[in-house]
Amino acid sequence: MEHVELFFKSVFVDNMVFAYFLGMCSYLAVSKKVSTAVGLGAAVIFVLTVTVPLNWLLDQYILQEGALSWLGAEYAEYDLSFLSFILFIATIATMVQLVEIVVERFSPALYNSLGIFLPLIAVNCAILGGSLFMQSREIESFSLALNYGFSSGIGWFLAILAIAAIREKIRYSNVPAPLRGLGITFIITGLMAIGFMSFGGMLTGGDDAPEVSEAGTAQIENTSEESAKELAQNETSEVSEITAQ
Amino acid sequence: MGLLSKKDSKLILDPLADNNPITIQVLGICSALAITAQLKPSIVMAISVIFVLGVGNVVISLLRNVIPSKIRIIVQLIVVATLVIMVDQVLKAYAYELSKELSVFIGLIITNCIIMGRFEAFALGNGPWKSFLDGIGNALGYGVILIIVGFFRELLGSGTLFGIKVLGDSVEKTGLYAIGYENNGFMVLPPMALIVVGIIIWVQRSKNKALIEEN
Repeated sequence: MEHVELFFKSVFVDNMVFAYFLGMCSYLAVSKKVSTAVGLGAAVIFVLTVTVPLNWLLDQYILQEGALSWLGAEYAEYDLSFLSFILFIATIATMVQLVEIVVERFSPALYNSLGIFLPLIAVNCAILGGSLFMQSREIESFSLALNYGFSSGIGWFLAILAIAAIREKIRYSNVPAPLRGLGITFIITGLMAIGFMSFGGMLTGGDDAPEVSEAGTAQIENTSEESAKELAQNETSEVSEITAQ
Repeated sequence: MGLLSKKDSKLILDPLADNNPITIQVLGICSALAITAQLKPSIVMAISVIFVLGVGNVVISLLRNVIPSKIRIIVQLIVVATLVIMVDQVLKAYAYELSKELSVFIGLIITNCIIMGRFEAFALGNGPWKSFLDGIGNALGYGVILIIVGFFRELLGSGTLFGIKVLGDSVEKTGLYAIGYENNGFMVLPPMALIVVGIIIWVQRSKNKALIEEN
């Protein structure tokens, strides 16, 4: 159940592109044609599925406070978490290079379709973002981390596939000249993100309070609380006005 | 600018408008959108990127003849990651609340395409002083967009700037709220960042027709 929930949450609710704008650079640059978008999307799924669990292992056994205790009692109080950026990015860069070599050796066909995108991916924010979110959300087990990497990749894939299809169609429409290309893509992505926000209620529909895990959503939560207070105060003031009359 | 030659000042001024990293080069969009719900994090982010890109460009430019081209991406990533760790630690020490608010996005400066893009396109082929100016210029261009977006989103979304209630108090109905003005809570949500940037691009390209893309 935990797995299913995490899967849907990462694909729809916390979609990499629409909720956190991760990997926007390649999302905008490579979404002109559906076929190339599919290639890049597949490569992102692949690399996320490999690097997130790997970085989870790194985080658990090397970086976290007390993670080094398996080396012996005298190492138990080390906290290397300040090194996480450099280790995560090194893992990602190495993995991408390794994956490229392996794919080239064993599946030339796949290499030809993914090949040019693989080096691009090392600097895709979605990949590092996946690892950093995995760390800040304190994902509990290896299999959940694997699930998280895979499902975030799927979410990213869906987003780039959708925008590429729309951009292919929009070529035949009469877009105002200054908006052509980049401008209209931004606005469409914004509209799609509004659509994806409706998935937000999907997992919080029960009796549980909505889960707030990230700074961004926390802010929104705050503002909505504030507006709720305002509303409440408005109502009470109205009521008191009415009673005064 | 007496200190800088004409060519040098062009390096700084160009990215501010006609060659803006966000609206024209399409670099560094990821972080630009996520943290602009308020003005303060936008400015902190802009300053962090100015530091990382300025120093990083100099370092890469000094190393450019030593780095083997095959592993240059990894070398570049290590340089950026080191600088970003410095920024992150400083923020954690002196502005803890803010660093919590920016959460993973400080770390994501590492993969901010603007940085790799400038390393690849400029620092690998130019001297340190020029690279420094190019880095500062591009980071400023990035910062300008961030601040514009942050300004509008905070002003229209929460009616505040830097947390100061400039439009009056929405609870006690002072200032603009007295005549029935309401905050547009939608501006605070992520999708509006995209639409605000879209509008900035629209305005900029209507002013400067040379920038209009082919369909």
